[in-house]
Amino acid sequence: MKRSPRETGHIQGRDEAMVASEQEVLAMDAREERSVRGRGRLTAILEARLRREYLPVLVTLALFVVLFGTGSAIYPAFGSGQVIIDLFIDNGFLLVAAIGMTFVLLTGGIDLSVGAVIALSAMLSASLVEHVGLATIPIVLAVGATLGFLMGYVIHHFEIQPFIATLAGMFLARGLCFVISIDQISIKHPLFAEWPHIPIQLPGDMFVKPTVFVALAVLGLAFWTLHYTRFGRGIYAIGGNEQSALLMGLPVARTKIGAYVVSGTCSALAGMLFATYTLSGTGVHAVGMELDAIAAVVIGGTLLTGGSGYVLGTLLGVLLLGSIQTLIRFEGTLSSWWIKIVTGALLFVFIVLQRAISSKRSPDG
Amino acid sequence: MTAITKHRLFWPAAILAVMLLANLIFTPTFFRIELKNGHLYGSLIDILLYGAPLILIALGMTMVIATGGIDLSVGATVAISGALACSIIADQPDQEAVGGVLTAVALALGLSLVLGLWNGLLVARVGIQPIIATLILMVAGRGVAQLITDGQIITINSAPYELIGGDYLFGFPFAVLIAVVVFTGTAVLTRRTALGLLLEAVGGNAEASRLVGIRARRLLVLAYVFSAFCAGIAGLMISSNIRAADGNNAGLWIELDAILAVVIGGTSLMGGRFSLAGTVLGALIIQTLSTTIYTTGVPPQVTLVFKAVVVTAVCLIQSPAFRAKAFRRRRPSAPAPAEAEVPA
Repeated sequence: MKRSPRETGHIQGRDEAMVASEQEVLAMDAREERSVRGRGRLTAILEARLRREYLPVLVTLALFVVLFGTGSAIYPAFGSGQVIIDLFIDNGFLLVAAIGMTFVLLTGGIDLSVGAVIALSAMLSASLVEHVGLATIPIVLAVGATLGFLMGYVIHHFEIQPFIATLAGMFLARGLCFVISIDQISIKHPLFAEWPHIPIQLPGDMFVKPTVFVALAVLGLAFWTLHYTRFGRGIYAIGGNEQSALLMGLPVARTKIGAYVVSGTCSALAGMLFATYTLSGTGVHAVGMELDAIAAVVIGGTLLTGGSGYVLGTLLGVLLLGSIQTLIRFEGTLSSWWIKIVTGALLFVFIVLQRAISSKRSPDG
Repeated sequence: MTAITKHRLFWPAAILAVMLLANLIFTPTFFRIELKNGHLYGSLIDILLYGAPLILIALGMTMVIATGGIDLSVGATVAISGALACSIIADQPDQEAVGGVLTAVALALGLSLVLGLWNGLLVARVGIQPIIATLILMVAGRGVAQLITDGQIITINSAPYELIGGDYLFGFPFAVLIAVVVFTGTAVLTRRTALGLLLEAVGGNAEASRLVGIRARRLLVLAYVFSAFCAGIAGLMISSNIRAADGNNAGLWIELDAILAVVIGGTSLMGGRFSLAGTVLGALIIQTLSTTIYTTGVPPQVTLVFKAVVVTAVCLIQSPAFRAKAFRRRRPSAPAPAEAEVPA
């Protein structure tokens, strides 16, 4: 794409800011280095990082604890371990979708197709499982990954804004649902209707379902990928500054498209979890779930501008949103629209908080 | 030839023309406009009538995008404005009273202005990225709309209110007249005064424009207020057309359609320049697509697949990177984007 002088100037400005912040980082590293010799690595890291990087995550954690404490104080039944496990059972699909979204948001992109891909996977699962059985799982995952790949390819190679490209993906996936069937398809196959619902007893009269382990496995895998692999470091680097990442020789194309493939695959898996949860497939499933996923990721402390955030924060974001829903359900008199209003209010608080933190780092955000 | 194809309105206009002509295959009478009972009827009038809310919202969106921002909250504003107007009218003893309807309209538009001010202040004063700042209202707004309607769908029966979105004045649908007035007003204000240039300057580089003495923050707030105002009018039109306010579904995803219309019209999401005529063409393309699909008898839900194909095609045709790769040695001609999308 040809850039006008104005745009180039803007990018140069950003690069200069980047250089400045890199120097800052170097200085910080040097400080860290000195204090490491003095007091041991752990305390040094805690001191250097705790103040800014972890603050949004810690605020989310604190809010979650406060909310849960309040709930337990009002309703004796609220404060049980089973309620926490139920949060995972009821929000497993949202957690998986939000994890995929975290990858995309970390690169500085956005994926609006999540809800539609969830609906499409639920629909595919419902229509395929009677015919192909276990093979449904790889097929659905492949469809999700392919959709993600196509969107990523168009975004990177044809320089279409992520917003527009994933919007087209959303229309396509939603439309394909209705091409499969306009009516709802119910699911009776044991792969969705029985096996995921086998209660597994835990000590203390609690139980979990196998779907929880799927969600936790995805979380673990995502954590490992983001923090311990080249691909993960590349994601953070692109989100920090794509130009710099390119100049450093990082495989920008592969990493960026990879982020959308991860998101597509996660959405497909989330769709299957959603299918086990609702035992049906219809084109109107999960409308607007991409907003819930984005909200969970932002509340979990990931910057929408990319380059900063933690997938464990996303877990906290999902748990916080889930416990608000549970609390409103316990309350009984409050109507469901309060969930939206409270979610919006929380978003506001966290975005302003992030703004306050990041404004110390760079003046123009 | 190249001079024409290089004009930035060429592709949107060509696409719209092709789509309109394609309709002739399914409906030979597509271009016929009749005068019945002093009202104009015809498929083209329908496209204008049902496209009017989208055109309005897209015009507001164009101003916001020109400043380098984006407004995701217009769908929620549509729902809130319709909900407030309908709930006020429904509470009145005489729903036909003009005074009551005017009060309802004024209050709904006033609330829309407040919502726009909220967005604008978040972006300009607090300094939050526009996509995030307006996401807050997008998430919370539908909740607010449902709060106003108490979760119900409020139906009303008020002739003066129905004029806004469903009735005719001087033979033309009133909604189309509103859209024409807003378009003309915006075009005159932005292109006959320096306002448009200043908005583009802010979109190009807000900090630089502030340094040369433009009140960048005030202009940013103004853009969001205008966008919300347009969305407010569109909300009145939509609720008036169906004679009901539905907090959940009114204007659902219209922000996405509006952004698409702006992008199809050739306004870059990067900000710094805008084309009002392009936006109107873009909105008409989207509305023509929906109308075409309805008349061909395809199930309406499947519309989305066609929309995805058209959106991808239009965006790819307009992407310089794609054109460079796809037509390196060929003359630009109508491409097959669905295949071109698959990587080599």
